[in-house]
Amino acid sequence: MNARTDAPDDLLRLRNGETVNLSRRRFLAGTAIGALVLGFGLPLGSARVQAAAATTERGTQVPAFLEIRPDGSVHLLSPFVEGGQGVNTAMAQIIGEELDADPATFVVDSAPPGEAYVVMENGWRITGGSMSVRMSYPTMRRLGALARTMLLQAGAEQLGVPVAELGTEPGKVVHAASGRSLGYGELAAKAMDLPVPDPASVKLRDPSQFRWIGKPVQRLDAHDKSTGKAIYSIDIKVDGMLHAAVQHAPRLGMTVGGLRNEEQVKAMKGVHSVHQLPGAVAVVAERWWHAKRAVEALQVDWKEAAADSQVRPMPADFSTDGWRDHLAAQGGPSRDEENQGDVAGALASAKTTVEATYHNQYLNHAQLEPPSATARFNPDGSLEVWLPNQAQDMFRDDIAKRTGLDPARITLHSPLLGGFFGRHFLYDSANPYPQAIALAKAVGRPVKLIWSREEEFLRDAMRPMAVVKFRAGLDEKGLPVAIEAISATEGPTEALAGKQGDKVDPTALEGLSGKAYAIANKRTAQIYVKGPAMLGYWRSVGNSLNDFFYESFLDELADKGGHDPFELRLQLLQGNPRLTTLLQAVGELSGGWKRGPFTAEDGSKRARGVAMASPFGSEAAVIAEVSLEGGQVRVHDIWQAIDPGSIVNPAIIEAQVNSAVSLGLSQVLLEESVWLNGMPRARNYDLYPVLPPSRMARVHVRIVESGAKMGGIGEPPLPAVAPAVANAVAQLTGQRVRSMPLSRHTFS
Amino acid sequence: MELRINQQTYQVEADADTPLLWVIRDDLGLTGTKYGCGLAQCGACSVLVDGNVVRACVTPVAGVVGREVTTIEAIENDAVGKRVVAAWVEHQVAQCGYCQSGQVMAATALLKHTPKPSTAQIDAAMVNLCRCGTYNAIHAAVHELAQGENA
Repeated sequence: MNARTDAPDDLLRLRNGETVNLSRRRFLAGTAIGALVLGFGLPLGSARVQAAAATTERGTQVPAFLEIRPDGSVHLLSPFVEGGQGVNTAMAQIIGEELDADPATFVVDSAPPGEAYVVMENGWRITGGSMSVRMSYPTMRRLGALARTMLLQAGAEQLGVPVAELGTEPGKVVHAASGRSLGYGELAAKAMDLPVPDPASVKLRDPSQFRWIGKPVQRLDAHDKSTGKAIYSIDIKVDGMLHAAVQHAPRLGMTVGGLRNEEQVKAMKGVHSVHQLPGAVAVVAERWWHAKRAVEALQVDWKEAAADSQVRPMPADFSTDGWRDHLAAQGGPSRDEENQGDVAGALASAKTTVEATYHNQYLNHAQLEPPSATARFNPDGSLEVWLPNQAQDMFRDDIAKRTGLDPARITLHSPLLGGFFGRHFLYDSANPYPQAIALAKAVGRPVKLIWSREEEFLRDAMRPMAVVKFRAGLDEKGLPVAIEAISATEGPTEALAGKQGDKVDPTALEGLSGKAYAIANKRTAQIYVKGPAMLGYWRSVGNSLNDFFYESFLDELADKGGHDPFELRLQLLQGNPRLTTLLQAVGELSGGWKRGPFTAEDGSKRARGVAMASPFGSEAAVIAEVSLEGGQVRVHDIWQAIDPGSIVNPAIIEAQVNSAVSLGLSQVLLEESVWLNGMPRARNYDLYPVLPPSRMARVHVRIVESGAKMGGIGEPPLPAVAPAVANAVAQLTGQRVRSMPLSRHTFS
Repeated sequence: MELRINQQTYQVEADADTPLLWVIRDDLGLTGTKYGCGLAQCGACSVLVDGNVVRACVTPVAGVVGREVTTIEAIENDAVGKRVVAAWVEHQVAQCGYCQSGQVMAATALLKHTPKPSTAQIDAAMVNLCRCGTYNAIHAAVHELAQGENA
């Protein structure tokens, strides 16, 4: 069979061995003549890229990205992965604006690995760091403009008129003089065969003329995601596939010593085979339920980690409380990230000094979709893998390294992510695909491996923990003249590298460093403490903990100096119009700053707290209103003003603020990964609480477009939530909380 | 055993205690119903059994023999379900979308039993977890449906 298809989604449903007619984004209306016909095993990306014009400028190989079908639908292979943040819709808006095609006509899939799709201005290709839109915005606009120019050129040839006489309307080339027009779908075959114009030759639309950028365009995936049609990695089906489940060693680094009941388990219903893997055992079966039951029945003798273990061995006596005490006991040496003025001198001469120690907790990502991977070796020895990821090329290269296969013989598919929050980066030992590949190889059939929720919580990479010691000095007016923050911690980037880098890991200290307040003498430093736990990036990364510390401590300084915390921030931001405007905006949004305590209409006693953060190129200010209900903190309202410079979709931004607020509330109110005896106490949502609907706050959003360089939006609304809540709680109860989550504290 | 799912009859060979979720997903290939926890904690696997919402990950398949199971794939064939989906789209509820099959099923079950639920009834029924934090959008969508404005 010679199926005519080009979308990865269609490819996913093909049976092994079927030939696919890959049109290379050169769609030939009504005929396959001239289109390339390739075996399914060939990597999609490189073939597309070969067919595209050879050019070195980023994001200019139009046919690698865009295919316009006869019905006028625009099929985009996006460099990024959609996981809820709305990037597919944003890309359709940005490209559609310049292409002159309604974003609603777009169908977006994630592109395979490949140099053509490295479009970010920093030379990376990841879906993370709140970077996708801000790092590719001009490039993706230009891509749309290049494609439009090619369609105009094709239109000129087709209509036999000079290109200068032509214009476009959404989805068509128009010759106003004669009233004739041609749909993009009619022109695409010819257009995509044309050479890509000089990238410098295209003119971008004046922002005042934008139809879709900056507008609350509807998400492209809303209906599919409301009707079960959206396909995630866990849903992948390939012909002849078997299902697999694993049981991991209780502590990372341990290896399989032996199986006590292998024969009994092999005889269990549906079991195909039992396998020993590095640090895990696996069962392959006809059904995942059979595989899971069987692998959980396996009685394994686990051996302690060998001295030459390739992973971080987890010791049997590790506990999170013990680790916190260990961090708190560290005295140095420390390494400076920031050091301005004369902190020691200013502290010595200060009228008042304030000291406090803060800490935070480990967190799981707890995305709702448990990790999975499907691996298939094709008859020619090439390998296909379907897996959740935030960095296609890095994963492809890692698979090449692990298997010894040439990267060109590895096809990587990146389905929708059922949440990610930093979960799907390349974490050694925290991803199922090495196991899926090993099992597929062993059984000679495609294998889909799903990690049960319990196995996921055992191997997830934790959001780091830190103990931060603050010292500050106040002058005779009670204003801060010096602040020092020394964090005993290991950043996620250091943890992944297994060592300290030449410079301080910015993901360890961001949120302590980089604060905009005018405090003349300041020092931020890290005491690097390498730990045994696997650490990872968690939404807003270092800011997720450090802004809690800093912004809470700043309120302590305000109280000590006799200043209102909102007024103190305004004072420390004098001469900074962007942040002054932002802080005033959130004050206004909340109906005017009032700290309380005050009595609400329902008779409850409430107070408000304020906090700010400068994460990922954006600026955020938050006010929280809280009360106590039965000793538990209730957050009623969150007001957030956010300034990402300029925006693409205000509706998606509002949704992302809601989303980030929910994670911010979850971490400050109740969420925590507790380890005892080298193991996490919680292996599922029963003991690992995430924010339930009953504890969500109302969220009020104001977007401020200062016109500054575009910043991120997925993570920036998160970090200021926790300190705003903690500051409100302190005002309400008189009790200053210096650690998260608040559920560890008793209030009265 | 014989199952009735989305108005169709299926012959399924499965142990009586196999969770309905895995029969739906792996035997019938209906992957719109999601696995999240396996412990009835998150609600991603919610389906309707005779119009009542149940968590398929802890429901033995034998327990639904002779009953009518509805999964998300058929939700728009139901008049109430169709309204719920329309409200979900109108309110742009979904982010990653992984929990939304279950959320739509929970809302549909609520509105089938109680066409105009009170806030307390909505809060009691809409308890599925969403890690993306779409709770306010869900709340807005269900409240609008409860007022019957989206008919």
